[in-house]
Amino acid sequence: MKGLKIVVLAKQVPDTRNVGKDAMKADGTVNRAALPAIFNPEDLNALEQALRLKDRYEGTTVTVLTMGPGRAAEVIREALYRGADNGYLLTDRKFAGSDTLATSYALALAVKQLDFDIVFAGRQAIDGDTAQVGPQIADKLNLPQVTYAEEVLAVTDSNVQIKRRLERGIEVVESTLPTLITVHSSAPDCRTRNAKYVMKYKHARTMGELQDDSEDYLQLQKDRPYLMINEWSVDDIKADEVHLGLSGSPTKVKKIENVVFKAKEAKILEGQAHEIDSLIQELMANHTIG
Amino acid sequence: MNNVFVYCEIEDGHVADVSLELLTKGRSLANQIGTKLEAIAIGHDLKGIEKSIFPYGVDVLHVADNKSLAPFRTLPHVAVVKEVFKKEQPEIALFGATSAGRDLAPRIASALECGLTADCTSLEIGDHFDKKANKEYKNILYQIRPAFGGNIIATIINPETRPQLATVREGVMRKEETSASYQGEVKAVDVKKILTPEMEAVKIIERHIEKSKVNIKNAGIIIAGGYGVGSKQNFDLLYELADVLGGDVGASRAAVDAGYASHERQIGQTGITVRPKLYIACGISGQVQHTAGMEESAMVISINTDKEAPISKIADYAIVGDVSEVVPRIIASYKKNSK
Repeated sequence: MKGLKIVVLAKQVPDTRNVGKDAMKADGTVNRAALPAIFNPEDLNALEQALRLKDRYEGTTVTVLTMGPGRAAEVIREALYRGADNGYLLTDRKFAGSDTLATSYALALAVKQLDFDIVFAGRQAIDGDTAQVGPQIADKLNLPQVTYAEEVLAVTDSNVQIKRRLERGIEVVESTLPTLITVHSSAPDCRTRNAKYVMKYKHARTMGELQDDSEDYLQLQKDRPYLMINEWSVDDIKADEVHLGLSGSPTKVKKIENVVFKAKEAKILEGQAHEIDSLIQELMANHTIG
Repeated sequence: MNNVFVYCEIEDGHVADVSLELLTKGRSLANQIGTKLEAIAIGHDLKGIEKSIFPYGVDVLHVADNKSLAPFRTLPHVAVVKEVFKKEQPEIALFGATSAGRDLAPRIASALECGLTADCTSLEIGDHFDKKANKEYKNILYQIRPAFGGNIIATIINPETRPQLATVREGVMRKEETSASYQGEVKAVDVKKILTPEMEAVKIIERHIEKSKVNIKNAGIIIAGGYGVGSKQNFDLLYELADVLGGDVGASRAAVDAGYASHERQIGQTGITVRPKLYIACGISGQVQHTAGMEESAMVISINTDKEAPISKIADYAIVGDVSEVVPRIIASYKKNSK
């Protein structure tokens, strides 16, 4: 079989296990700068599936695509350290405030510019847990989709067989190529960094990063072109601005409430009907039940 | 205003619980905005399926019946739902946040360029005023969900796009029939006109689905009983409360050892660990072996005759009283207040 062309979609996410009080901006969007940023866990599962196919089928290439601020280039470097071949950072202020629909519009346009047989993505990102961007990209590219993949079983020139993890069982399906696959957390963990690749790619930079760096890097990239992490803007993917950012996002955040449920000391109730009644009303008002 | 729609998930010829819960919610939303409730059932051999759907107050049921529509596959189901929505222009459309619903709904949202909110824990009707556009929106859907790993609760709206799409997990909403004799109308979807060979891109080779079983790990509300519940009969009260609140029942090891509940419900060091948004500990003293499995619950209410029981240390509310008296009062209060 010929080698496969694989695109892996990865997202740099705020580590939601470490959320501080500056996490939200006044307009209800996320203040990513105030949070530690990590490689979205299920995107690592997706990367591993791609790398396994690269191990299995000679000539396979793995390209990582991410959308985010300049510092999201860290995700691409991390993927290179683990075995990916190259990466694209989709970055532009005009993407800010995009919901899943606007995000999938932009990512679909970017993917369209790449040659691919399989697009892999994590099932969902831990900052939103929506699991929407993968299927929405598949829709926009008119691709079939296979969600919740646990293992890619076999690939032929025209088909791929995949084991899926469902809520209450498993399913083995066969999809025509090209296709989009989202990978579930029950899939194998991603391999760790490879020292050889860390040495090779530790100076990989985007153009944006180079502008902040010393000139030595420019010369280095001239000598070694693989150190260039491609950077795409709205214009590079020929996106219509109306479909991006807040204007391209049908969902709006109306209200954000911080969850402060923990009382310091148990409030003692004597268990009479009227006390229970006011407790139930309170729980319904704050959406604990209802 | 146009109608409220619910996508009914069918597994082995039965309507999934989550869909019946959504129909219950859909009926109440439709009443609030003064519209009808419609449902879509997609599958194979669906004759008579309306009998289990109409009692939830469904006015119109769209049935798409074809061999290639069962079991669930993304592309054919997307095509049918898209077709029905394009024709009927729903105001609101709800899907279960299940393996199928979370696979299907985003594609619908993308194809219709509509806003979708995943895993809502509450749905309400309200108004919205957009200051920038100086525009008022009446009776829109508030889609309320936790975000950021549960650290915040966000209210999301889709002021401009229709349908307003949302998914909801199983067990979050309560399930209640409107009337056993409620009569709706069945409309057959002309499936052959919709399906094309390209929709056969994904084929199912093998499928192993287990019957719905106890899975308290994902329950948003857990009613847990300990030795203090006193009897297996009293444990039935906990099931009743769980049913009413849309939760599930857990147990301490002492309760399992006493034969009040099965082992798969055991919470704690030798059982499972849960993190629901609400944990009601009934007759549980609160030994660390138990609390290790539930202390990350967002809110804990304990019901215990002993005010000094260790569970009070981690509870937000400690109701002093006998489970057999307090639980029925909670059920009565909830039923009264949720009307």
